[in-house]
Amino acid sequence: MDVLLKVDNLKTVFDTEDGVARVVDGVSFEVGHGETVGLVGESGCGKSVTALSIMRLVQDPPGRIAGGSVLFNGRDLLTIPEREMRKVRGNEISIVFQEPLTSLNPVFTCGEQVREAIALHQKLGRRESKRKAVEMFRLVRIPDPELRYRSYPHQMSGGMRQRVMIAMALSCQPKLLIADEPSTALDVSVQAQIMDLLLELKEKLGMAVLLITHNLAVVAQMVERVLVMYAGVVVEEAPVGGLFAEPLHPYTEGLLESLPKLGAPAGRLSMIPGNVPDPLNLPPGCRFSDRCPRRFDRCLSGEPPMFTVGRRRASRCWLREGGG
Amino acid sequence: MARFLARRLVQSLLLVFIIITINFFLLHLAPGDPLARYYHPDIAPETIELMREKLGLDRPLIEQYVKWIWSFARGDFGISLQYNRPVASLLAESIPNTLRLTAGALMLYIIIGVALGITSAVKRYSLFDRVSTVAALFVYSIPSFWLALMLILFFSLKLGLLPSSHMQSIGIEGAGHFAMFVDRLRHIVLPAFVLGVASAAAMARYMRGSMIDVLGEDYIRTARAKGLPDRKVFLKHAFRNALLPVVTIIGLSLPFLLGGSVVIEKIFSWPGMGRLTVDAIHARDYPVVLAVNFIVAVMVILGNLLADIGYACLDPRIVYTRVGESK
Repeated sequence: MDVLLKVDNLKTVFDTEDGVARVVDGVSFEVGHGETVGLVGESGCGKSVTALSIMRLVQDPPGRIAGGSVLFNGRDLLTIPEREMRKVRGNEISIVFQEPLTSLNPVFTCGEQVREAIALHQKLGRRESKRKAVEMFRLVRIPDPELRYRSYPHQMSGGMRQRVMIAMALSCQPKLLIADEPSTALDVSVQAQIMDLLLELKEKLGMAVLLITHNLAVVAQMVERVLVMYAGVVVEEAPVGGLFAEPLHPYTEGLLESLPKLGAPAGRLSMIPGNVPDPLNLPPGCRFSDRCPRRFDRCLSGEPPMFTVGRRRASRCWLREGGG
Repeated sequence: MARFLARRLVQSLLLVFIIITINFFLLHLAPGDPLARYYHPDIAPETIELMREKLGLDRPLIEQYVKWIWSFARGDFGISLQYNRPVASLLAESIPNTLRLTAGALMLYIIIGVALGITSAVKRYSLFDRVSTVAALFVYSIPSFWLALMLILFFSLKLGLLPSSHMQSIGIEGAGHFAMFVDRLRHIVLPAFVLGVASAAAMARYMRGSMIDVLGEDYIRTARAKGLPDRKVFLKHAFRNALLPVVTIIGLSLPFLLGGSVVIEKIFSWPGMGRLTVDAIHARDYPVVLAVNFIVAVMVILGNLLADIGYACLDPRIVYTRVGESK
């Protein structure tokens, strides 16, 4: 599969009063053309910042990209001028954010906010861009698209708002869609609809999707390959089937064990003890060592690199040294 | 909206009535006598008493009040005790001048304040931001009468660039429209600047804060994620949202400007309502003071109403309806 996006050793830091927080600390992964990749991890592990860094949308100050490269179709997005980057945003790479209410501007109609992106990138006049925006509303199955075009965000439900965000993101047929927890802020019943819609549109438009979520169930249904992130680094990479069948990192194991299982006797769900480490104060050695049930001496002395296991898998754990 | 306006109108009328009533009694309770300027060894006290009787000032206060409010309600502001002319004609001469000055100050203060605030917010923590912050605080702390005198000293006396008083030069009438316009413009620059500059400084601070708040919003990130250039992000997506809290402040600043114009008009000999008021208060010219008071109350209420309407125009989430009535 041709590589569309290649993130290499990406580092994004935030300057705080207490020091430099390394929120994304050397993340590397690839997304192929038309591939769906899941980026999974707890809140605060750096997955959203990774997404914002790819788009160069990290708020600066306090954040800044401190190193690495983001090759998109072979071009390093971190070094091109801002003017070039603007042609990529919303055109070649789009993003759907978690909270559709706050992500839409309250004083403009939903239609105008979608139309604006179309007019900008496709150099269309008002009438043409409006027609295309209505078409996008229809594509994401907003009922009464002409009427809804004139609605303001506060006049719509959460699910409808997220459809508007998706319409906006897909309006210029991007090659890569980053979906940052697109269903987290929605009702459970609406979540499934939004996910189905994304999956369907992905098939129809043939774009690649980087799905960011903390929800493993969503990952299981939606993606082909999974990246598990912990404390600013990718700790495991695997095809989705393999990950659920045989996790290769103790953190992934812990995540899977904490999922409720169908048919299992009722009782307390298991959980990973402890908390995500403070990015200002990472444990020495392996970042997961202070919470890991399989910790041994090696884990405290040095940080493990990503060990390749088999052809398509990798794990950042000393237990996998030598590909075992 | 029409309903809302009608309701506000009724409320406003009631409010104005209460304000002028309170004012009437306060004014009469204050010490002083409108006829004090006739106290003179050559004028017999009986003559003054005769005048008092003729003007109705010897009647019980409540009777005077009823008589006054009745003629007031019919649009008759009475006769000035000091000038012996109808109050209405005095106001007709001075109100346009005050409005001209206030409008000049308002324009200046909105344009300077908004422009400075937005630039500061966009270039937060830059040299420009720091300088404008200090400058705003400095200007805001200066008493306006002092600033007025310093500007007159510098621009009028030292440089001779701008006139120090009045609305236009003597004998300018015959000089043609353009020359007259330039002449009036030169006369209004200093007083409008002094009147508006403190508000402009406050406005710049509000605007900066509001803009910084808005720039941290998710929808600004969305606008950037769309690929919009900074100019559009700031001036289209952020500006309109940042303006919302500021509109209220503009509406509330009207009384401040009108109040400030009293001092400024006195200093610059501006033939406006402020000067008229000060002189009327000194002379205990009750009808004039009360009429001016009424006008100011109406202007303040109008300013607030305009702010509310402006708010509804800017923010689609605000719809004025009666309680319990759906849109």
